[in-house]
Amino acid sequence: MIFANQHLETLTVNPVKETNRTVLLKKVMNNHTIRIENLDVYIEDQHILKDINLAVPEKSITCIIGPSGCGKTTFLKTLNRMHDETPEVKIKGRVYVDDLNIYDKGVNVIDTRKKMGLLAQRPCPLPMSIFDNVAYGPRIHGIKKRKAINQTVIQYLQYVGLWDEVRGRVRSSPSRLSIGQQQRLCLARGLAIEPEYILGDEATSSLDPLSTKKIEELFIKLKEKYTVILVTHTLRQARRIADYIVFMYLGKIVETGPTEEFFNNPKKQLTREYLSGSFS
Amino acid sequence: MIGAAVIIMGVLIYIIGTVFYKGIPSLTWEMITKIPGGGFYLGKEGGVLNAIAGSVFIITGALVISLLISVPLVMYINFYLPNKSIFSSIIRFSLDILFGVPSIVYGAFGFALMVYMGIKASLMGGIITVAMLIMPIMMRSLDEVTRLLPRDLPDALLSLGSTKYEMTKVLLRQLMPGLMTAILLAVGRGIGDAATVLFTAGYTDNIPSSLGQPAATLPLSIFFQLGSPVEEVQNRAYASAIILTVIILILSFSARYFSSKFSKNKI
Amino acid sequence: MRKIRFVKDITARHFMLGIAIFTILFLLVIGFSLFFKALPIMKEKNLWVLLTSANWKPFKGDFGFLPYIISTLYVSLIAIIIALPFSILTSIFLNSYASRSIRRFFEPVVDLLSGIPPVIYGVWGTLTIVPLISNKIAPKFVDFSTGYTVLAGGIVLAIMIIPLLISIMTEVFRSIPREMTDASLSMGATKWQTVKKVILRKSFPGIIAATVLALSRAFGETMAVLMVCGNIAQIPHSFFDACYPLPALIANNYGEMLSMPSYESALMLAAFLLFIIVVLFNGISRFTLNQIEKKYQFS
Repeated sequence: MIFANQHLETLTVNPVKETNRTVLLKKVMNNHTIRIENLDVYIEDQHILKDINLAVPEKSITCIIGPSGCGKTTFLKTLNRMHDETPEVKIKGRVYVDDLNIYDKGVNVIDTRKKMGLLAQRPCPLPMSIFDNVAYGPRIHGIKKRKAINQTVIQYLQYVGLWDEVRGRVRSSPSRLSIGQQQRLCLARGLAIEPEYILGDEATSSLDPLSTKKIEELFIKLKEKYTVILVTHTLRQARRIADYIVFMYLGKIVETGPTEEFFNNPKKQLTREYLSGSFS
Repeated sequence: MIGAAVIIMGVLIYIIGTVFYKGIPSLTWEMITKIPGGGFYLGKEGGVLNAIAGSVFIITGALVISLLISVPLVMYINFYLPNKSIFSSIIRFSLDILFGVPSIVYGAFGFALMVYMGIKASLMGGIITVAMLIMPIMMRSLDEVTRLLPRDLPDALLSLGSTKYEMTKVLLRQLMPGLMTAILLAVGRGIGDAATVLFTAGYTDNIPSSLGQPAATLPLSIFFQLGSPVEEVQNRAYASAIILTVIILILSFSARYFSSKFSKNKI
Repeated sequence: MRKIRFVKDITARHFMLGIAIFTILFLLVIGFSLFFKALPIMKEKNLWVLLTSANWKPFKGDFGFLPYIISTLYVSLIAIIIALPFSILTSIFLNSYASRSIRRFFEPVVDLLSGIPPVIYGVWGTLTIVPLISNKIAPKFVDFSTGYTVLAGGIVLAIMIIPLLISIMTEVFRSIPREMTDASLSMGATKWQTVKKVILRKSFPGIIAATVLALSRAFGETMAVLMVCGNIAQIPHSFFDACYPLPALIANNYGEMLSMPSYESALMLAAFLLFIIVVLFNGISRFTLNQIEKKYQFS
């Protein structure tokens, strides 16, 4: 178990204070665990991602923003090799995860995916009970003992704050849960495979404001243990929770930087225009 | 236009009505609980239990065989092969063609195959031939619902680190109502078809007790009884037709029930 | 532990690949085995003679398929001619005019019609259509008819292919983008004008494909036709003559004629002909239908 029980109480969120942040920044500056070098992605004849170079800081939230169609989601999918399923996608370049290029020959896709917990745009519970949803990951990855599985399920349901809400009905279908609860269930399910990275693909875009807030709080809690990479559709969300911002436009990275710096003092003309809302 | 629609509906009612009208007087409890007795074909006592049992045995065997082949195939073209692969479209195309091959051709081919392998007209032969007939039906129907499955679910499973095999097992659960529809559809077609079992299953007045014995089937029993010059026997053919029609109606309505259930689940 | 997972996955993959290849090959296996079974008779006699001779005397070694071929074509064409207008009108009605609830109500009707076994159609045909022809219709045109005729076969067959036609045609009509009909309607065209000018014209290839598909289904239909068409090996001269289509020929004689190799081979030739025609017709129309589907999916 990567995480122990001391994390189970809900953290209160205070929009991260300046002092905390600088400390955090210093801690992570030299510790890059996802590193992307010269990444080009083509879908059929279209050049979707152009020469992406990026190092993602460890144990922090990195938000990828940009107008729709700029390649955010495509980028996220390259990180857990979900493009393997679509042969018309061609990938050039290197993506290092824990110093291993995941596109090298002989790298096991399953191992790569196990390192990444993905939270999709819309919650997608598996067609099984709430309990089995969370237990699914540990089970396929080889945990057999009932006790261990029980413990894991409870632990992660508690972590996402769902345990008390579903306590009496973990054996029932998740279809009666609200969308927000389902999304948290999906997060618990993703965490139960014990990943090192959390990927979020506009994970709150289908949620109501209250559920969004809960998920955002969870992301902030998550970055203590995980490296979080989020694609987001709202600038305000990025501002609220991100430590780092990556701004993409037409398949290229335009500007990157720590959140405050990025929003208060953008360096590129394009970034300023985007932030002022002259295009989206 | 409404006229055309009404006429088509009228014909359906007319067909079912005629069969019931003609058959009801001869439909007795004995018909479905007894095998033909001595002199059955001269209008004496007995029923068509032999044919009902034969049909049920054949369709059950055929169903098992075709499930073992159709389910993996449909899973393969939908989840293992990439989305727009040429291979999967070749498979789908040949399924479309197999679907159109007339049952008499399957019957003739099945019989030739049995002669080649040295199998007599028997339950076994009927099972194999009917399996050939219903396989494409099942595959196409299952494929149709599988293609409608939202892409989120496979993606979610893969991102959890499932292998494709593990993913497929979970997806099959989601596809259960669709599979049921496919099964019922295939059973309906298989149980009603006479041309496939005409040469391959043989005919007998007894209930077959092993795969090597010949087996009677309901459609053939109707056909043979109708060919009899004795009026009582002909009337029994109509009664047997009711039995077959009722079976088909039940299958058809349950298929509809399951497919409506599926479209509700589909989000 | 880890290994078992991957071994399972790879085993399943290969197993499935095997089945997939088997399925594709299956079609070829059927075709080839029928062909080889039919080979002896083709070696013995000229194929052209077999197909164009009307002389069918198996015991003297004469196998002229012409009566059977003509009968098959005759019955199928009548079926198509009867079924087509009904199907087109009903499909248009269901697609453009009927309310949702009527459509809902009608779906099971089509389903049931297609689900009724051929034997039941045959029973119904002998009970209603055959006497109708023999007593009411035929006397107006010819002196005598048993009722077991080309026409009876055609009518029964027509009803059997209507559900197939309707289900494919509604599919084809549905593939026409909504904007197209809306555009026509917004220019002030009436619904019927829209149907005529937009829907029917746009879906013409689809209707043809559906027709070809139904025709190939009609060629192969055995039991129902066999029960109502009289089964006399002759070239029918009118609607009210008995006829003997190819599938009925196979059904009536195959299995009992193994003692005569050339007879068996001749029947296999019949099955092979049927197979080839059906495969070709199906192939062409399915291909067309797939193209139609693709065209509208991406636009």
